Amino acid sequence: MMILQSFKMAWKGISGSKIRSFLTMLGIIIGVSSVIALVSVGKGTTSQITSQLEGLGTDLLTVSIMGRGNTTYLTYDEAEALTDLDGVKSVSPVISGSMTAKYGTENTDVSVEGITPAYEDIQDFHVQSGRYILDIDNGYRMKVALIGTETASDLFGTDDPLGQTILLNGSPFKVVGLLESKGTSLTSSNNDKILIPIKTAERVMQSKGVRSMTIQTESPDQVASVKSLIEATLDKKFENADNSYTVFNSQDALDTLNSTTQTLSIALGGIAGISLFVGGIGIMNIMLVSVSERTREIGIRKAIGAKKRNILLQFMIESTLLSGMGGLIGVAIGYGASALVGHYTSMDTSVSLNIVLISFGFSLFIGVVFGVIPANKAAKLRPIYALRTD
Amino acid sequence: MNQTSAQNKDHPLIEVIGLGHGYVMADQTMTVLDDINFRIDYGEFVAIIGPSGSGKSTLMNMLGCLDIANEGTYLLDGQDVKKLSDNKLAKIRNEKIGFIFQQFNLLTKLSAVENVELPLIYRGMSHRERRKNAEESLAKVGLQERMHHRPSELSGGQQQRVAIARAIAGNPPVLLADEPTGALDSKTGVEVMNKMKELNEQGHTIILITHDLSIAEQAKRVIRIQDGKIVEDRGNPA
Repeated sequence: MMILQSFKMAWKGISGSKIRSFLTMLGIIIGVSSVIALVSVGKGTTSQITSQLEGLGTDLLTVSIMGRGNTTYLTYDEAEALTDLDGVKSVSPVISGSMTAKYGTENTDVSVEGITPAYEDIQDFHVQSGRYILDIDNGYRMKVALIGTETASDLFGTDDPLGQTILLNGSPFKVVGLLESKGTSLTSSNNDKILIPIKTAERVMQSKGVRSMTIQTESPDQVASVKSLIEATLDKKFENADNSYTVFNSQDALDTLNSTTQTLSIALGGIAGISLFVGGIGIMNIMLVSVSERTREIGIRKAIGAKKRNILLQFMIESTLLSGMGGLIGVAIGYGASALVGHYTSMDTSVSLNIVLISFGFSLFIGVVFGVIPANKAAKLRPIYALRTD
Repeated sequence: MNQTSAQNKDHPLIEVIGLGHGYVMADQTMTVLDDINFRIDYGEFVAIIGPSGSGKSTLMNMLGCLDIANEGTYLLDGQDVKKLSDNKLAKIRNEKIGFIFQQFNLLTKLSAVENVELPLIYRGMSHRERRKNAEESLAKVGLQERMHHRPSELSGGQQQRVAIARAIAGNPPVLLADEPTGALDSKTGVEVMNKMKELNEQGHTIILITHDLSIAEQAKRVIRIQDGKIVEDRGNPA
């Protein structure tokens, strides 16, 4: 009963001077909303990168060969032989280069990758019409090509590219499949690609052997063991030369990213804490002013029977209400700001409920802590002194 | 009316024995009250009169339990207030004393009826009961029509009547009025004094502190105080 009354009194105190109450809350509002907005932008960006890294596949290893001396590559067969290692599901060797594609009078520069059929599953990159590269295409070094959506519209406009013949650096290739639209991944853009059989690529690009490949393990847990097996094999091949190859796993990148994010979050939390602390000092300052201004009110209340704890409660609730309302407004603005950022920029934002609860809880806590001194000052006023004051 | 039962008690409402008070100011002791003795019974209408600086305001603070005297004993309704804690004093002020101040001392942000309810809130009364009591007391001072107005929307006389309603809302045994007409023009002053007399006839005990002889004369008993001492106690029924 008394608590409810104290709430009403505190509310009257706050609503009695709206502009001042708003300005007092402003510190908390800015603190809470900036925490929520900053963290949501940070979190959104992180989850964007994380999902792209995870899209690369946590069961995948990317091997790049720099080689040693004259041995600067693996042969196609050596690459295929890696499939026999324990835990390896499939190997997708890739030869990549840049070529000029021509159809009729249209010219465009494209990135061309020579691939094997394993590419489809490992990269999760399928055709939307036509067929994929088959083993037989590699066996006979067929001049067939899969074409990305962007390249297709560059060369053919709205015409159907299937069955047409394009020239890649002058060699005629038959388009047998149109790739699905995949968008930009972390590593490259996929829609302006042309995929051809790897053996054919060796010829037309005059590039001997395999310098890059993606290896899929049977399960994500086997990544580490497969990695060491591959390293052993490659060490043997390149006689332990330094920097002759790299084996990259997206999990490594994820780990690095996570530790970076964690550091960032702690830094943000620190800034947030400081700004809320400053907001709290603002509340204490105004509450102290308010107590001196309302000395007479306090005196009247005491004269007609308010006990110390009644006054204490009234002022404590007032400061907590101020900071709590500031917190709520801050949460609303934080949500709004992160939605705006998400809408008007390419950044993804995601507001985390945890941060909302923590920052709101902290703002309430600030109100209680910084309300103690002013409320105590009010409660200790002697009624005859308080009544004498104007 | 409500005090009739209390009038049969075996002790007086107020008993002051050897009350003395002083301040220490720069090595000098200023004696404000010196050996004050009097009794006030239930239903009396007493004026305490004295020039400014006579100590009457200090006496009023003592009687109102806003301050505790250095020396002597003050028994309010049979209870020695010297031994009480701050919280107990607050409770006594709430239940036994109705204050009427010269400057009305209404809370400006509250409406008339909310002001009258205030002492009842601190008494812990339920909302409905509180509102009923507050409306009744406002009716007694003839302001039930204006109960939702803020003090700033009322005239000085009306504000003082709200303050009187607040003082009587909790039905305390004694009303303590400090220069209640001091901030009013003579016409509204007369109205307020008539209201006080009316309340006294209804059974409320009233202690009026004033420097104005014409006001004091309207009380049944006049205690004159000068230089911290009682110099006259006229109309004492005892």
